[in-house]
Amino acid sequence: MKKILTIVLLLSLSIHSCTKLQPKPPKDEEILDGPVEGLSYEEQVQFLKGDIAFNDDIFTVETGLGPLFVSTSCGSCHAGDGKGHPFTTLTRFGQHDSTGNKFLHLGGPQLQNRAIPGYIPEQIPSGATYSKIIPPANTGLGYLEAVTDADILALADPDDINGDGISGRPNWTIPATYLDIPVNSISNNGKYIGRFGKKAAAFNLLHQTVLAYNQDMGITSIYEPYDTYDQLEKDPEVGNQTIHDVVFYLQTLKTPRQRNTDNENVEEGKRLFIQSDCAKCHIPELKTGYSKIEALSFKTFHPYTDMLLHDMGEGLDDGYTEGSALSSEWRTPALWGMGLSKNSQGGTYYLLHDGRATSIHQAIMLHGGEATSSRNKYSSLSIEQRNQIEKFLESL
Amino acid sequence: MKLVLLTSFIVLLSCPCFSQIDSTLLRQAPANSSDTLLNMDAVYNRPFLSIGRLPVSLGGYVEANWQHLGTDGVTEGHQFQMRRFTLFVASTIYDRLKFLSEVEFEDGTKEINIEFAALDMEFHPLLNMRGGIILNPIGAFNQNHDGPKWEFIDRPISSTQMLPATWSNVGFGIYGKQSKQDFMFAYEAYLTNGFNDKIINNSEGRTSLSAAKENEERFEENFNGLPLVTLKAAVSHSKVAEIGLSYMGGVYNKFEEDGLLLNKKYRVDVFAVDMNTVIKITGTYINTEFALIHVEIPPTYSQQYGSRQYGGFLDIVQPFYKKPILGFNESILNISCRLEYVDWNMARFKETNTNIANHVYAIVPSISWRISSETVLRLNYRYQWQADLLGNPYSKTAGFQAGFSSYF
Repeated sequence: MKKILTIVLLLSLSIHSCTKLQPKPPKDEEILDGPVEGLSYEEQVQFLKGDIAFNDDIFTVETGLGPLFVSTSCGSCHAGDGKGHPFTTLTRFGQHDSTGNKFLHLGGPQLQNRAIPGYIPEQIPSGATYSKIIPPANTGLGYLEAVTDADILALADPDDINGDGISGRPNWTIPATYLDIPVNSISNNGKYIGRFGKKAAAFNLLHQTVLAYNQDMGITSIYEPYDTYDQLEKDPEVGNQTIHDVVFYLQTLKTPRQRNTDNENVEEGKRLFIQSDCAKCHIPELKTGYSKIEALSFKTFHPYTDMLLHDMGEGLDDGYTEGSALSSEWRTPALWGMGLSKNSQGGTYYLLHDGRATSIHQAIMLHGGEATSSRNKYSSLSIEQRNQIEKFLESL
Repeated sequence: MKLVLLTSFIVLLSCPCFSQIDSTLLRQAPANSSDTLLNMDAVYNRPFLSIGRLPVSLGGYVEANWQHLGTDGVTEGHQFQMRRFTLFVASTIYDRLKFLSEVEFEDGTKEINIEFAALDMEFHPLLNMRGGIILNPIGAFNQNHDGPKWEFIDRPISSTQMLPATWSNVGFGIYGKQSKQDFMFAYEAYLTNGFNDKIINNSEGRTSLSAAKENEERFEENFNGLPLVTLKAAVSHSKVAEIGLSYMGGVYNKFEEDGLLLNKKYRVDVFAVDMNTVIKITGTYINTEFALIHVEIPPTYSQQYGSRQYGGFLDIVQPFYKKPILGFNESILNISCRLEYVDWNMARFKETNTNIANHVYAIVPSISWRISSETVLRLNYRYQWQADLLGNPYSKTAGFQAGFSSYF
């Protein structure tokens, strides 16, 4: 009888404790994925569908992969919705001036450096310049998309009228014909502000998403129907609903939450960051305008970017460009989530546009051009003060 | 309709009912517990029922379980699963001429497979011919996988997701066995239909031999026309252990069709070693199997599909109570533990020269009650660590599983 009771007790205990002996969820501020607060039930369902399509759908030859590709799924470039790894670095090729890519007929702008069996991957054409690009984090993209053009332009100072040596400007692009232009968008001779991509060449998240399907995975859609292998129009290999689910997922991924805000070093680091004029481009606070997604409408958030192009100097000039950006110009990357980057990059930082910097210090010291003055201010700080800035950046 | 229901109810109430019927028509031939058996004998080493004068013997096993697992704080809650329902049909057609088959329903009717359906002809103990749908004898688990023989609800990761568990193909081959004093030597050699390019073109996002099982055409058509070679040698000593060495290899891609060359040939080669023993003094049963896989990958394909994989498991089973329980006179309580590991991609990134992580390891303690040699109730706790390709923080899965597995 005792044995029976023991067995029953063991079973009861195991059922009772089934959740207590399971791994605890990571703290919300320790991860980048998860939805923004305030989504309705229907929106949560769509978020979930987008999450699955983004992170779980791995393309095969039968489902449209390639023939030329870089990656087999969205998630493999953005592990945990964080920054990418050199393994999934993208290579874009073209020319150094902003007169339009002359190598589109040779497979540009993106190099597909992998191919399904039986096919030969692309090579960079003779005469083309190129730049390598580390996939960015996906966090908070919906907020960046919802910032009004007027607010972005208010931060621009293309002629450096204030004389601070910083002259941010938008990348004026011609949106693809399949994109809806929001009502309050501001036009500049038929061009509109690009927001996404290292050079802000993508107009919105739909644009960015269908380009990634097409150029990263060789997946055609109703929006981007031309195969990267033979440039022939193909049947869609991903459905519209899936694309819209993925776009919704990207729009509604939460913003990273800053950690250790009470830490004295973090507080002092933030003060030094602002004092060194880093915050003139890495703007701490922005706000959204109206968004169809209520949870994103009229919100204040802290991305540490101005979404503008800045000349970063010769050291970061790869001789390649997109849209109206110059080859030395890069869109200010959002710094939020930087401290969690290592958790998606295999335990090592790969920072700047091509991941060449493996520490925050290195990344700052590689700033040039308009950021030269800030870099010099940083380098003139004591080691302790520099560490405080790094602590602050790691808290983001 | 009401009348029918009422009548049925009355009939049911009026019937003298027993919860189980022990029909005298059913005669059970228990499994052979002789220590001269090897893993290769597993297809015959099962309890069968002979029914009257029916020329065939029937058997099978069933396993079902409950589980509650969570990954990084997210759980799918309570899951009740009917993992397998397997039927055996065997017949001695003539002296030394036998037919045996195994049909398996997995996860309800989600997967229905003929795992084994072969004719065995014995010309000499060292020369038997086997033809039909056979289980390729790579490792031991693929041959000896019946649920009631194991103390764990989940099959080993290395045997299911790395090596394809119950990997069977149409083919022919020979096998033989010879004993001398305490030693037993055995061999197997088969040519069968082979793998296909699902190995590196699958939705797993990694090299996966088990993905080749998705090709249901393999029982009818060889994917590339070249045979898969499977070889195994095993030696056992009745007082020491059984050790098996096995190899399976062939070309996995379609390199030619309609006389046109489509690609170069790419090979898959698998090497496995298995061992099982009982430590006589303590009665501890140890069972282990490790395998190394080498797959030729086109150099221009993604590195996420690794060219080398390695993994295996170690089961330690300790009986600690052998007395009747609740009237089941053959009861044995076992405490066990499984340790398992698989490296899905033994390589380094070309871009950074850092290790490609993509591995999993797990520990599974277990308590099981063997009601008889043919029926086991199991309570498992699994804790598993999974690293992604880049080596980011482990995804952790853990939870309880409880269920039964029984021959019938």
